[in-house]
Amino acid sequence: MTTAAEDTGIVEMNWDPITRIVGSLGIYTKIDFKQKKVVECYSTSSIFRGYSIFMKGKDPRDAHFITSRICGICGDNHATCSVYNQNMAYGVRPPHLAEWIINLGEAAEYMFDHNIFQENLVGVDFCAKMVGETNPGVLELANRTEAPHAGDHGYKYIGDIMRSLNPLEGEFYREALQVSRSTREMFCLMEGRHVHPSTLYPGGVGTTPTVQLFTDYLTRLMRYVEFMKRVVPMHDDLFDFFYEAMPGYEEVGRRRADMVCWGSLNDPEHCDFRYDHMSDWGRKMFVSPGVIRDGQLITNDLVDINLGIRILLGSSYYEDWEDQEMFVSRDPLGNPVDRRHPWNQHTIPRPAKRDFDSKYSWVMSPRWFDGTNYLAADTGGGPIARLWATAQGGLVDFGYVKSTGHSVLINLPRTISRPEVTFEWKIPVDKAGLPLSNAIERDRARTYFQAYAAAAALHFMEKALAEVRAGHTKTWEPFDVPDEANSCGFTEAVRGVLSHHMVIRDGKIANYHPYPPTPWNASVRDSYGTPGPYEDAVQNTPIFEENQPDNFKGIDIMRAVRSFDPCLPCGVHMSLGNGKLLEKIHTPMAAILAT
Amino acid sequence: MATAEQTNDTTQAESAAEPLVHILWMNGGLGCDGDSVALTAATQPSIEEIALGALPGLPKIAVHWPLIDFECGPEQGADNFIEWWHKADRGELDPFVLVVEGSIPNEAIKEEGYWCGFGNNPATGQPMTTSEWLDRLAPKATAILAAGTCATYGGIHAMAGNPTGAMGVPDYLGWEWRSKAGLPIVCVPGCPTHPDNLSETILYLLYQVAGQAPMIPLDEALRPTWLFGATVHEGCDRGGYYEQGEFATEYGSPKCLVKLGCWGPVVKCNVPKRGWINGVGGCPNVGGICIACTMPGFPDKFMPFMDEPPGARVSATASTLYGTVIRTLRGFTAKTADEEPKWRQKGNDLLTGYQKTW
Repeated sequence: MTTAAEDTGIVEMNWDPITRIVGSLGIYTKIDFKQKKVVECYSTSSIFRGYSIFMKGKDPRDAHFITSRICGICGDNHATCSVYNQNMAYGVRPPHLAEWIINLGEAAEYMFDHNIFQENLVGVDFCAKMVGETNPGVLELANRTEAPHAGDHGYKYIGDIMRSLNPLEGEFYREALQVSRSTREMFCLMEGRHVHPSTLYPGGVGTTPTVQLFTDYLTRLMRYVEFMKRVVPMHDDLFDFFYEAMPGYEEVGRRRADMVCWGSLNDPEHCDFRYDHMSDWGRKMFVSPGVIRDGQLITNDLVDINLGIRILLGSSYYEDWEDQEMFVSRDPLGNPVDRRHPWNQHTIPRPAKRDFDSKYSWVMSPRWFDGTNYLAADTGGGPIARLWATAQGGLVDFGYVKSTGHSVLINLPRTISRPEVTFEWKIPVDKAGLPLSNAIERDRARTYFQAYAAAAALHFMEKALAEVRAGHTKTWEPFDVPDEANSCGFTEAVRGVLSHHMVIRDGKIANYHPYPPTPWNASVRDSYGTPGPYEDAVQNTPIFEENQPDNFKGIDIMRAVRSFDPCLPCGVHMSLGNGKLLEKIHTPMAAILAT
Repeated sequence: MATAEQTNDTTQAESAAEPLVHILWMNGGLGCDGDSVALTAATQPSIEEIALGALPGLPKIAVHWPLIDFECGPEQGADNFIEWWHKADRGELDPFVLVVEGSIPNEAIKEEGYWCGFGNNPATGQPMTTSEWLDRLAPKATAILAAGTCATYGGIHAMAGNPTGAMGVPDYLGWEWRSKAGLPIVCVPGCPTHPDNLSETILYLLYQVAGQAPMIPLDEALRPTWLFGATVHEGCDRGGYYEQGEFATEYGSPKCLVKLGCWGPVVKCNVPKRGWINGVGGCPNVGGICIACTMPGFPDKFMPFMDEPPGARVSATASTLYGTVIRTLRGFTAKTADEEPKWRQKGNDLLTGYQKTW
């Protein structure tokens, strides 16, 4: 390898496991140190648990308790999605108050999870200690660059923001850690426990809806709103500085703006959980669903979205299910359902030795079929896709948040020491005016979506309190489990799309396939040879780090990967495979690419 | 988290009078990282208070924790995180506490491939499986802490019909296992573990390693006795309804949830008393049935979760027999709920009921 490096400047660099994410992820690259860019990238993951296998034959009412355990940071998103899925299967519509309580809980999850990930995990990639070790000149520049919004957030220089993000010692780092706790208190008020909720059920919630419950939430929420009025301008200053300090940083983690969002936060006045009404109530969600292709919204119809999902195997440790039973040939509206749709998927593991000529990974590859192409779409870590779909959808307008068709307005009311503020998230474009999906914009969107979630929670709070004040305190509706049903649930996990598909036969689970965001983002080269989003984004990444190979950290690559908010337990519940490329150290890349 | 200079300059720290205790956190089992995430929620004490030595008498520590570690360099460059594990394997870190998160799959039930790994084996270029790490590091660890119900007893991923043959750390190393310092495996169950239950146990172990606390008191399932000595029911503020024979028949009611699937009377857990985070939230105390997630028999012995537990019906119809009912449930517990299903064990056979496809 050393010889190769001397000849060509191309060096293999592997990160396994990557820290400051959830779960175990490996990134395997070849880097051209002469050209300063990544030339090849493969992403891997390292556990197989088999949820879809051990859920078979279980009581459908256990599904949300079980699937919550898929993920240790957004398990409640799974529980929520599973409850939606069960509501459809059982034909039950929860009381409005129950839906407002779930929305308040899920909004708190967004506020918590994005906060801790952004400031305590991603933020470290932008802190003074890190930047000083990777790009000393950039830190020096930051130390003498005044922050444009210093008056809003209190840090005079960009370097001050970076120092405040230093792990443990940084003042803002520690404040954010505390905020991650108060937001989890908000979550626990509504859903009982974090991260696997105790009070969610099909048909509603067990939460006792007292005035005190909502007061306890509201007081914490308003402190968070106050906090976000500092955080949004602070991150704008920090991220804008990176573009200025390192011209061309737009290309780090950049890929075509192919993104998916399944929508989240149902409006109980419209959502009846019936499949035949799903196109309508999907468009009433407080975060709009949408498929974005090359920067343009191509559908926001949840039925279309559902029918377009395909699961490809590529080169994975599974047997195909082409010869297996089809569970659902037509959806309740009579539309044909593909064999590669989650409703019809069979998970048949076949662990094997890695062989780059045949099977070398546990990873499956979810794709969205647009009628012609299998889009290797990403979620951008969640927020950028949600804001993009919502902005272009033009459907959301509830006072605190308004979609304009090209941007999202977030209106935050007066707080204890700050006046009301409006933030506007605009669809990002590069200098040529082309849609821009890259590391910095994924990270920036995360901060804006924290404000969005807080604004939405203010609305839910008003609605919930109105129910309580009117004496409508019922939070659960009884139901019966049918002998047979086909159902689905859609929401947004913190880091992106989440779907659950269930088939009930003889009153038991016959098939259950959850698809969280990480299989979309961390998927590998599929059966058509298309790389997954991490791989694609990293392969296009230029290297700005000043270190040479022997003390190289790979900070630009890590920023690209972390911008997707990797959450590997979500990826691997059915399979993201392990170190498929570990042998590549001894294997010519060409051979791998040929598979 | 690789706090500060401690981790950057191990040699210097080790040569100082005060010993440096390393904490190696392995999240490479079959888990969800929920216990790592829970630890960030702890406030009594918080992780930053432990890491920065904010409590009296704490030894100097260096935490190697994937979730928030500063270090994240490539294998071939600077700050390679996994290098700490290799150092421990080579006997270069002493003392260290090994924290295990996630259940241990049975890698012996198949001819080839792997269920889970954590970094690579430099000798083979293959992934280092979680069980191989345990084999290598267990003899060298001063203490092993199993965090969360997956690591302690197998948990969700070890339920009937699972394909991986997952089990808990005591199933894998043996329930009678002792560290070189004479400590049993310390189990902090919970799905996920209660944040403060975990941080408090870490604190206790650090005091013990520093010679300031006696042997940690554990019960027969290796749980700290002061945290798991009482039942959910004993700490639940809805117990008064139980006593009065007032039982909820619909979720959302403030009354006792036993008829709706709550296993509180037989489950060892302090959550209703402690709340979930800073006293907020919990399970039956806030309207969530107890599904027994701290118990060795979880989840199989308590499913379907939303059905009444055996004996609850008696309590509903004849609440004056309260004491009798509790004793009936307790008897059931002693026999089954506090025991794991039989299939969670080592060996070459998969006993979970799943028909192998390989």
